[in-house]
Amino acid sequence: MPSSLEVGLYVFMLATFVGLEVIRKVSPLLHTPLMSLTNAISAISVVGAILIISNPGATALSKWLGFIAITAAVTNIVSGFLITDRMLKMFKKRGEKH
Amino acid sequence: MASLANYVYLIAGALFILSLKWMNSPVSARRGVMAGELGMVLAIAGTLLNHHNNWEWILAAFLIGSAVGVPIAYLMPMTAVPQRTAMSHACGALAAALVGTAEYYQSQPHGFVMVALIVETLLGFLTFTGSLMAMGKLQEVLPSRPITYRNQNLLNFVLFAAALGIGVRLIFVPSDTFLFPVFIGLALLIGVLLIIPIGGADMPTVIALLNSYAGLSACAMGFALDNHLLVIAGALDGSSGLILSIIMCKAMNRSFTNVLFGAFGQVQASSAKQEQRNYRSASAEEASSILEAASTVIIVPGYGLAVAQAQHKIRELFDNLTRRGVDVKFAIHPVAGRMPGHMNVLLAEAEIPYDKLVEMDDINGEFPQCDVALVIGANDVTNPSARNDPSSPIYGMPILDVDRARTVMVIKRSMSPGFAGIDNDLYYMERTLMLFGDAKAFVGEIVKELPAKVGA
Repeated sequence: MPSSLEVGLYVFMLATFVGLEVIRKVSPLLHTPLMSLTNAISAISVVGAILIISNPGATALSKWLGFIAITAAVTNIVSGFLITDRMLKMFKKRGEKH
Repeated sequence: MASLANYVYLIAGALFILSLKWMNSPVSARRGVMAGELGMVLAIAGTLLNHHNNWEWILAAFLIGSAVGVPIAYLMPMTAVPQRTAMSHACGALAAALVGTAEYYQSQPHGFVMVALIVETLLGFLTFTGSLMAMGKLQEVLPSRPITYRNQNLLNFVLFAAALGIGVRLIFVPSDTFLFPVFIGLALLIGVLLIIPIGGADMPTVIALLNSYAGLSACAMGFALDNHLLVIAGALDGSSGLILSIIMCKAMNRSFTNVLFGAFGQVQASSAKQEQRNYRSASAEEASSILEAASTVIIVPGYGLAVAQAQHKIRELFDNLTRRGVDVKFAIHPVAGRMPGHMNVLLAEAEIPYDKLVEMDDINGEFPQCDVALVIGANDVTNPSARNDPSSPIYGMPILDVDRARTVMVIKRSMSPGFAGIDNDLYYMERTLMLFGDAKAFVGEIVKELPAKVGA
């Protein structure tokens, strides 16, 4: 059995290649919304912050650091997804209505 | 239950990939956002399934984060999107760095976990202050010109080496807790010092690069916590930032090292051509009759257009000309704006149809057949010396071939050179007409001249 680290490295390698291929195909038209979308997605660190704060042995320091981390990450998630959608709604073809 | 969470993570990972895949076209892009949102909800729900101790803390943080996030998303003007992006890089990086810090103090892990943790906190804290600096420069709270001093790169290198040294020491002796705050301090300082020498014109590259760092930091967190979903999401963000920064570098004909350590503003404009040169200027009335007679018009917008808030006037001009049967397109240079793709968003906001926004490589072949090229608030990206003059500081930079159009009109406040301080030969060509004035006011005047002539 490969160790968890090895699996992690494989996942990292494959995800990077998938990322490069997928992003390369994104139209330059949408590079700004793309960046705010990836921003929201990388706020997945909220998962790490929840793990830290909910650890039964969490110290007061961990709780406060985790608290700030969740707040920052959730701000990114909420504002990131919403502003991306707000931008994309503006992109219309000729004759398309709201 | 733990394995259920893993399957939920698996689905969330797939949704993130689909989300980015659907961004390949404006038609499917909003579906992409939905996939991303669903992935995020699943990831959070899957985590809470097994980890909901101290839920009051988690709930409070979610409420505060949402309360801050919603107004940001709806109230932020589109011109300020680059600043918001920089700010969210800062938030994301801070979150990763703080989780790393908390984990260190909680368990002082050994081995590879500690390596991942050091990478996570170093990148996280460095990106945090770096992004705040970038945000300050974009918001013009901080001077946007490069700030340089002697031995700058040497100092940065020494600090980086020191941070790395402490990091390695901590990897081998995690119990040296007194070193960790020093490590954090160095990372924060490096972030500030890295961005100080970078000028406003290079911000698109820097933002993209910081995007990549923030992603890699989340990725390192995935290794530290042994969570593959974090690795996937972080790697996607990291590769996206990397691709965007490479595109930006290419668009400016610069290398990464040049952007990060070169301080572009230091390049002195070749001041040899100081002699008085002749140019022709025209009034709004003349400009409108030329536009009216044209059958194809390419508008070349630059960031000056957004500064003058002229987007909506441009739309009126676009509508008016289109109604007359003139074929109007927009030529978008990759660095037109303050971040990758920014100009497209600004024009889309003014309700200009996106199929009329054409990228540089696709439109350059059309300039020779185009009757009028109308340059508004763009300068260096239209400068033919980037193509012809090896002594020019921007030589080699890909430009829009505006000079090949049959008639060129440039709306500009005065003849003063642009951001990089480089004179533009385009303005002195025989078929170039200079239209002096504020972009918004001048375009407004052109539009006003147009309808009066219907049927005349």
